[in-house]
Amino acid sequence: MELLHVGLAALGAGLAVVGAAIGVGKIGAAAMDAIARQPEASGKIQTAMIIAAALVEGVALFGVVAALLGVLTT
Amino acid sequence: MQPNLEPIILSRPGTMIAHKSLKIIVTFTLALALLPFNAFAKADPQAEESKEFNPTDMIMHHIGDSHGWHFFGEGDSSFTLPLPVILFTDNGMVTFMSSEFHHDTEGQYVVEKDGMRFVNYHEDIYKLDAGAESVEFDEEHNVLNASKPWDFSITKNVAAMLLTVVLMLIFFFGLAGHHKKNKKAPAGFNNILETLVLFVRDEIARPQIGEKKYMKFMPFLLTVFFFIWITNLLGLLPGAANVTGNIAVTVSLGLFTLALILINGNRDFWQHTLWMPGIPTFVKPILAVVEVLGLIIKPVALMIRLFANITAGHIIILSLIGLIFILESAGVAGISVPFALFITILELLVAFLQAFIFTMLSALFIGMAVAEHEHH
Repeated sequence: MELLHVGLAALGAGLAVVGAAIGVGKIGAAAMDAIARQPEASGKIQTAMIIAAALVEGVALFGVVAALLGVLTT
Repeated sequence: MQPNLEPIILSRPGTMIAHKSLKIIVTFTLALALLPFNAFAKADPQAEESKEFNPTDMIMHHIGDSHGWHFFGEGDSSFTLPLPVILFTDNGMVTFMSSEFHHDTEGQYVVEKDGMRFVNYHEDIYKLDAGAESVEFDEEHNVLNASKPWDFSITKNVAAMLLTVVLMLIFFFGLAGHHKKNKKAPAGFNNILETLVLFVRDEIARPQIGEKKYMKFMPFLLTVFFFIWITNLLGLLPGAANVTGNIAVTVSLGLFTLALILINGNRDFWQHTLWMPGIPTFVKPILAVVEVLGLIIKPVALMIRLFANITAGHIIILSLIGLIFILESAGVAGISVPFALFITILELLVAFLQAFIFTMLSALFIGMAVAEHEHH
């Protein structure tokens, strides 16, 4: 039973990471496109990209922390 | 190697070195790849039951807080910096050094002070009831024969934080003193600091908060930026504390941002939060709930992000090192140590990035709270 809990928590953490990976990947790709079109605006684009990536990453870390709590409290 | 190639190789020293180093690399990699399996084959399950390695305990010990600053070694031969334990009990304040526990964290070694007896159980300090010899728990992990006093100890994390504070005071009083004395650009280390201060001002505060009001928030943003960055970097040193990977520390940092938003939020901000103009009346209460939730989630996200990033980095490094002991083969070190080094270098970037993102998002949230809206 405990193994099931840990397994589910690990699966949850993995799913959160997959979501974040897709999100950060799309942000990175869009930023690359934008920089390629307008290299002179790269500074502004990078700042916006980091903020957006941080927000996506924050959601993923919520998932990971929830999973960690699930493992540690069983 | 084919023997007939040797004269050609010898005649060209450059080729020979390249050839030799290639040979060494190949041999080394093969040896490393084979060693762990060799160890598996030889592993004797009966020989290791006396001393079992528990990776979870090792990692939790390293990322957790403790009452002494442990550097290396085990038991009484270990090298540990004793730190003061400060407890508030029903009978007043009690202080003693953490070395009086003699490195015991299992609640066995009893320290007597002012007629009260204390034990350290997994870095929680319990005051034993009369007649109790060691701390006991029931199945729900409720303590049976002891009580928990208020613990205001200078723990490892507090000590590391104080170290950061001292470093920051030295750095920035030095920089300020330089500017008081002369008008020239600073040299050396002060120059680096000034570049970073200008980075926070020009890349973070100015664009996010706005030209008119950014100066008011510069002290907070600079303090938070340098505090997080320096503690992150100090946390990467071997034997150092995991300060920004402690949820209590990041909660406090998040609360500072929340307090600044609440105090400095102007009329427009509160109107847009509680009674959004320009939408049908029946939607306004629903939106108010969402906006107030958003107000709380912002600092919570800041706090979780910093905590999880730094803790995850530490866990990855410790897990890679722990692999050597889990697989019980020195050969694994050849793979896991370079990996750990790679992650450590990545963590240098993360240390800066997290300080930057925390400051940037704080500035963004504060900027949203103080922004002047144009009325239509």
